[in-house]
Amino acid sequence: MEPIFHDLLAAGGGHAVAFYACSAVTIAAAILMVMKKNPVASVMWLVLSFIGLAGIYVTLQSYFIAVIQVLVYAGAIMVLFLFVIMLLNLRREDIAKMELPKVPFAGVIAAILFFVSVFLVIKASTPAFEKPVDALLGEPALAGDSVRAIGIPLFSQWLLPFEITSVLLLAAIVGAVALTKKKL
Amino acid sequence: MDFWIDDIGWPFIKIFIIANVALMMVALLVWAERRVAALIQDRLGPNRVGPLGLLQPVADVIKLFLKEDLTPGHVNRPFFIIAPALTMMPAIISLAVIPFGASLIIADLDIGILFIFAISSLAVYGITIGGWASNSKYSLLGGIRSTAQMISYEICLGLSVIGVFMLSKSLRLQDVVLMQGDGIWLFGEHYTGIMGKILDWNIFKQPIGFILFMIAGFAETNRTPFDLAEAEQELAAGFHTEFSSMKFALYFLGEYAAMISIGAITVTLYLGGWTFFGLENLGGSFSWLTQILIFAVKLLALQFFFIWVRWTIPRFRYDQLMRLGWQVLLPIGLANILLTGVLKLIFKV
Amino acid sequence: MTPCPAVIATVSEYVPVLVMLIFAVSFAGFSLVVSVLLGKKAPTNPVKDAAYECGMPPISDAHQRFSVKFYLVAILFVLFDIEVVFLYPWAVQFQAMPAFLFAEMLVFIGILFLGWWYVIRKGAVDWSTE
Repeated sequence: MEPIFHDLLAAGGGHAVAFYACSAVTIAAAILMVMKKNPVASVMWLVLSFIGLAGIYVTLQSYFIAVIQVLVYAGAIMVLFLFVIMLLNLRREDIAKMELPKVPFAGVIAAILFFVSVFLVIKASTPAFEKPVDALLGEPALAGDSVRAIGIPLFSQWLLPFEITSVLLLAAIVGAVALTKKKL
Repeated sequence: MDFWIDDIGWPFIKIFIIANVALMMVALLVWAERRVAALIQDRLGPNRVGPLGLLQPVADVIKLFLKEDLTPGHVNRPFFIIAPALTMMPAIISLAVIPFGASLIIADLDIGILFIFAISSLAVYGITIGGWASNSKYSLLGGIRSTAQMISYEICLGLSVIGVFMLSKSLRLQDVVLMQGDGIWLFGEHYTGIMGKILDWNIFKQPIGFILFMIAGFAETNRTPFDLAEAEQELAAGFHTEFSSMKFALYFLGEYAAMISIGAITVTLYLGGWTFFGLENLGGSFSWLTQILIFAVKLLALQFFFIWVRWTIPRFRYDQLMRLGWQVLLPIGLANILLTGVLKLIFKV
Repeated sequence: MTPCPAVIATVSEYVPVLVMLIFAVSFAGFSLVVSVLLGKKAPTNPVKDAAYECGMPPISDAHQRFSVKFYLVAILFVLFDIEVVFLYPWAVQFQAMPAFLFAEMLVFIGILFLGWWYVIRKGAVDWSTE
């Protein structure tokens, strides 16, 4: 632990600063995403939140995950969200007319999930909190190439889940076509 | 203090050099576009400002700065202002991982090409949001069309380069450059003759991938024959109809910076990057200058090709564009990967 | 535990990227601000302020609902993009055990090829009809 802490200091202590800065961006953007009335603005704040999350992955030395976070979530899924929002083109009066009876119910579920996840995080990391937080940041799974570090287990140990993913994607493709085509 | 010198100081100098070269390239490209267009259409083109009209881009920039910065009342103001910047920034940031020389690379990341694809996948927001925030029918249609086109061809772009990385075994772009041009491997034999060295360029090892990448590159940069976003006779100017002054200029700059970015990736992945069969070592301690010159010559040749295509080939129809992307390029891209795998098993390259 | 200086150092490889980001943001900000300051200021009028529709007065809201096909293209893009992403870690270590990895990817691509075939057969990305 001590040598890593030393290395962090050698890097100007910037590592921890970067982690907290990215976290702050992620959380602030997420809060703004929820608070914005205009759904398009919400999408853009969520994109920023994802980019902040990618920054957190970089400080955790998971570069491949970081880049996939931007490529797939910020660059692909959010484009889909934006299209759906523009496609529906809901105006404020439309939203006001909609009956939203499930909101309190959804709120209760969200609150429960929030407290469960907070509980799990605290439970999982209690001993770690006794260390300097910096030491939590950098424990790389595999030194060197972050792409290989993902690839080697993915295509050997987790081969079956990987192949099943293709079936999942196939189902999603069929589902998307079935939903949007008038006549199949 | 090493941190400040190694991580801030040197990158800053490199960014300064690379950004200047890139901006000069953009200016040169704007001039070349108009001169080559004139040449192809048997006109003169801009020839009044400076020798051969070379200072025309400077005059254009001054003009654009002095234009009225109009934000019409019907637009969604904050989005209207940031949208042009959202298109321009990714094209510039993606230059960070491109090796312009042995040491002239801002950040040699191990995720290399994926960094470029990830960053440039964010460029669609500038176009979608710009079209939407303009609150005008042409803009919205242009923006939506353009986004659908860019995301469709992003898949082809991603698929076409896989073969290169099967050969290079690394996504780091400096590795891809260094693996080209030192002689081809066939059946476990290393051919280091001049033919062997030339054939070691990825354009010869991955010809299908190269063609796919070029086609997808044209579509990603919204250039003819894929410039449906601004099909004049249907959509006025598409997503940037309502933009003026520097807001328009940032879209314009973004388009040309994206062209340079795509060209630079092509040079790096397929044309040997900053190397040229030993020529790159000329000049001793100033060899970095030779390297950036080699890179610039290759890049300019490629940009000439971009311009040549733009002023030669007519625009696709939207259904043709979608059919080409989804029904033709996507299966060819997948087949190219499998073919590369089979050939690699047979020839042991 | 032993430190991994090489890996720690790679985090600082991203500092230049951050510098580049700051450069791009400030370049864009500078251009937008300077053009407001230097630009001509002219009085506006309703015609100048209206959306450009080639001289016709704009009718109805510009934010119309558009074809569901754009949505379909976006969702297919997400799905195939995920497929492409899986190919990168596969490609960089293909050399290590080519035959085995080739068979793996043949199955993966084969299953998704069925999806692609379904999309084409149903004319989901065919824009020439309707």
